[in-house]
Amino acid sequence: MKRLALALAAVLALAVPALAAPPRDMLVMAWRIDDMIGLDPADAFELTTLEVIPQIYDRLVEYDPADVTRIRPMLAESWTVSEDGRVFTFTLRDDVRFHSGASMTAEDVVFSLRRAIKVARAPAALLGQLGWTPATVDRMVRVGFGPRSVVIETDRPYAPAFVLYLLTADVASVLDSALVIGNQVNGDLGQAWLKTNSAGSGPFKLRQWKPAESVLLDRHDEYWRGTPPMKRVVLRHIPEAATQRLLLEKGDVDVARNLTPEQARGLRADPAIKIGASRKSNVWYLSLNQKRGPLAKPEVRQAFRHLIDYEAIRSTILEGHALVRQSFLPEGFLGAIDDKPFAYDLDKAKALLAKAGYPDGFTVTMDVRNAAPTTDLAQAIQAGAGAAGIRIEIVPGDGKQVLTKYRARNHDLYIGQWSADYQDPHTNADAFAANADNGEGAIVKSLAWRNAWDIPEMTKATNAALIEREPAKRAAAYGAIQRAHQADSPFVLMFQEVEVVAQRADLDGIVWGPAIETNLYWKAAKRQP
Amino acid sequence: MTRSSRLAGWLLSLALTALGLMLVTFLIGRVMPIDPVLAAVGDRAGADVYERVRVELGLDQPLWRQFLTYVGQVARGDLGHSTLTARPVLEDIARVFPATLELATCAMLIGTALGIPAGVLAATHGGRWPDHVVRLVGLAGYSVPIFWLGLMALLLFYARLDWAPGPGRVSAHFEGVVEPVTGLILIDALLAGETEVFRDALAHLALPAMVLGLFSMAYVSRMTRGLMLEQLGQDHIVTARAKGLSEARVVWRHALGNVAVPLVTVVALSWANLLEGSVLTETVFAWPGLGLYLTNSLLGADMNAVLGGTLVVGAIFVGLNLLSDLLYRLLDPRAAG
Repeated sequence: MKRLALALAAVLALAVPALAAPPRDMLVMAWRIDDMIGLDPADAFELTTLEVIPQIYDRLVEYDPADVTRIRPMLAESWTVSEDGRVFTFTLRDDVRFHSGASMTAEDVVFSLRRAIKVARAPAALLGQLGWTPATVDRMVRVGFGPRSVVIETDRPYAPAFVLYLLTADVASVLDSALVIGNQVNGDLGQAWLKTNSAGSGPFKLRQWKPAESVLLDRHDEYWRGTPPMKRVVLRHIPEAATQRLLLEKGDVDVARNLTPEQARGLRADPAIKIGASRKSNVWYLSLNQKRGPLAKPEVRQAFRHLIDYEAIRSTILEGHALVRQSFLPEGFLGAIDDKPFAYDLDKAKALLAKAGYPDGFTVTMDVRNAAPTTDLAQAIQAGAGAAGIRIEIVPGDGKQVLTKYRARNHDLYIGQWSADYQDPHTNADAFAANADNGEGAIVKSLAWRNAWDIPEMTKATNAALIEREPAKRAAAYGAIQRAHQADSPFVLMFQEVEVVAQRADLDGIVWGPAIETNLYWKAAKRQP
Repeated sequence: MTRSSRLAGWLLSLALTALGLMLVTFLIGRVMPIDPVLAAVGDRAGADVYERVRVELGLDQPLWRQFLTYVGQVARGDLGHSTLTARPVLEDIARVFPATLELATCAMLIGTALGIPAGVLAATHGGRWPDHVVRLVGLAGYSVPIFWLGLMALLLFYARLDWAPGPGRVSAHFEGVVEPVTGLILIDALLAGETEVFRDALAHLALPAMVLGLFSMAYVSRMTRGLMLEQLGQDHIVTARAKGLSEARVVWRHALGNVAVPLVTVVALSWANLLEGSVLTETVFAWPGLGLYLTNSLLGADMNAVLGGTLVVGAIFVGLNLLSDLLYRLLDPRAAG
């Protein structure tokens, strides 16, 4: 027994650690990354994956994170659009090298876009909107005149901005075709290999990914926009927010991503830490299933708009993590309207309910994801509606459970969060203001479908805006759709998300853009103390 | 009973346990109101992708056929693919289990090394202050939420005093230095000759192991105390004392020697409990082990992973029970018969 105690003491003595903060050329981030299932750009739709892919891969074009309406060149230095609006010809840069050292050519671009369609994972649907299918994509995406020219065709003449925005998405990343083909197994187009390896031209290359543990990125010294200051980026899976805060305060991580509002508040006084906020293109909404009697009445839809105390919820529950937003396009999008006509107004809501034939209210359920801040939001809405006699019974559930019910249109009320897939207004218009077929067997099940909202006229308007090629007219069209949607729809738009990031004060240069894909690390650098 | 019939009996009980576990977990997985296809394809997938994955997952088959297919796969050593990590479940478990094994074993060693002497001390000083102290510590180990204890330990020893490093298995700059061979980072570091990494990993292990060790100690010391009190009242102890043996010899050799056999079971059970993975400790210390994996899988409706993980935990329990049976026979000549 004594010997054991001695051995234990010896072990503990040896373990007194040589503690060290991360080196200056290493960026360490604490983040919940357990949603990541692989790093293949053609199969990326989890939040963390969507952010990591653009650190490794480049695309033909990108948008300015400071102004999403400005699309600018990336791997393509210029492009032209044909007279009929269906053919885009891109001219590529000639100075881009992949991590392997190979030069990027039109072959690589064509291979990557075709591959995204052919592997047919969920994100393929984005590019599929251009009419590309595994059968047609070889014809519609091709090498043009010379090794630096890429030609893409669309099935219809869409608004050019729509096509370009789709090409800014992660799924349109450009891969090193020779490397991917060299690593394919049984003709899988490299799917198995790309889950854990990278073949990009971006500022970092993937060194290692351990699921729910860490992602290591190493610098690409020959990055065409210049060598990044950071030699390595480490993303560590730290599930507990309190732990993230401790690590940040001690300087063992440079950035903490999942702090709660009160933790962020607690850090504001610390001079070694700075808190940043960036507007994200995610919106919060409450939706009313139109299959449920009372909820289908226009006056009830109106009443709900006046039963939410937007300002109180923003300032107390979402505290700095959201802005009030009452239209379905996030701030900064083409055609987005900033009108906020609604505020909490009990008398007005009561009058509307009486007019609808429910002077004493009614009882409904609300499916709520069992996670902060959704549960708090639900309680605030419950209290607000309760004052007018609407008794809301909250049904909590795990995220996937609640979503299963929502997708099957079995809910009454639902609190949703919707993130734009790309920065073109069509992404949200298509979700909130289009429903081509309200039947049970519909092929496209938009958010409007999920709430059984049958809107042939508005669907027509949304489809017309998609092919409007004149930007000013197009913006006006989306403005009109949003106003109609705001005035009467089963959606009560409430907030736009603000991402709050806490980082060490000596760290500069990370871009926190409007979408998770435009959070960019490559200019990150630590100042000398 | 002959040795071979004993072995056959053990194998049969293992198979029945496994089958029962599979059936219950399988059924729980089916009654959960979560759509596993949705969990796999995500919210934005189109109807065609959804249908393809549904067929891929075999969910278009009747329930009994799904279960038989699953049992057949397991019999061939295939636990299926996880929908959350998109990897074979066996590979996932092989990756996460060593982290738990390392932590649980250290915690078990700490718990045993402190718990047995503490329990003996409490028994020999029944009703006096050492007994009270041990019982108080034991009570604390039992009743203080381990989540809170872990956070407090981090606050004190990491944030305030700087004695211990932060959460995680190694410091960020040592990530990826050592290639996993056994998955046990202490051993891998030594195999690779990376003493710096070894020290760093050991330092990271110390705090969570002590927090969990306290929990294990609480159980071991209580059991030891009870067993010892019972022994110390026996006739042969009175005889030993009457013969003039030193008190130390009476306590540590005669009394403790006799309770060694049930203590083995106590320690094995406490180890098995720790090996299930301590979800809360793993969460606070960002320790990528089995507990975190199982919880995530359950919340993500990843039934292959849940089933696989449950089977592994079940097998550990049965295996450790067998091990303590065998040790029984070694330590107690009467049981060897």
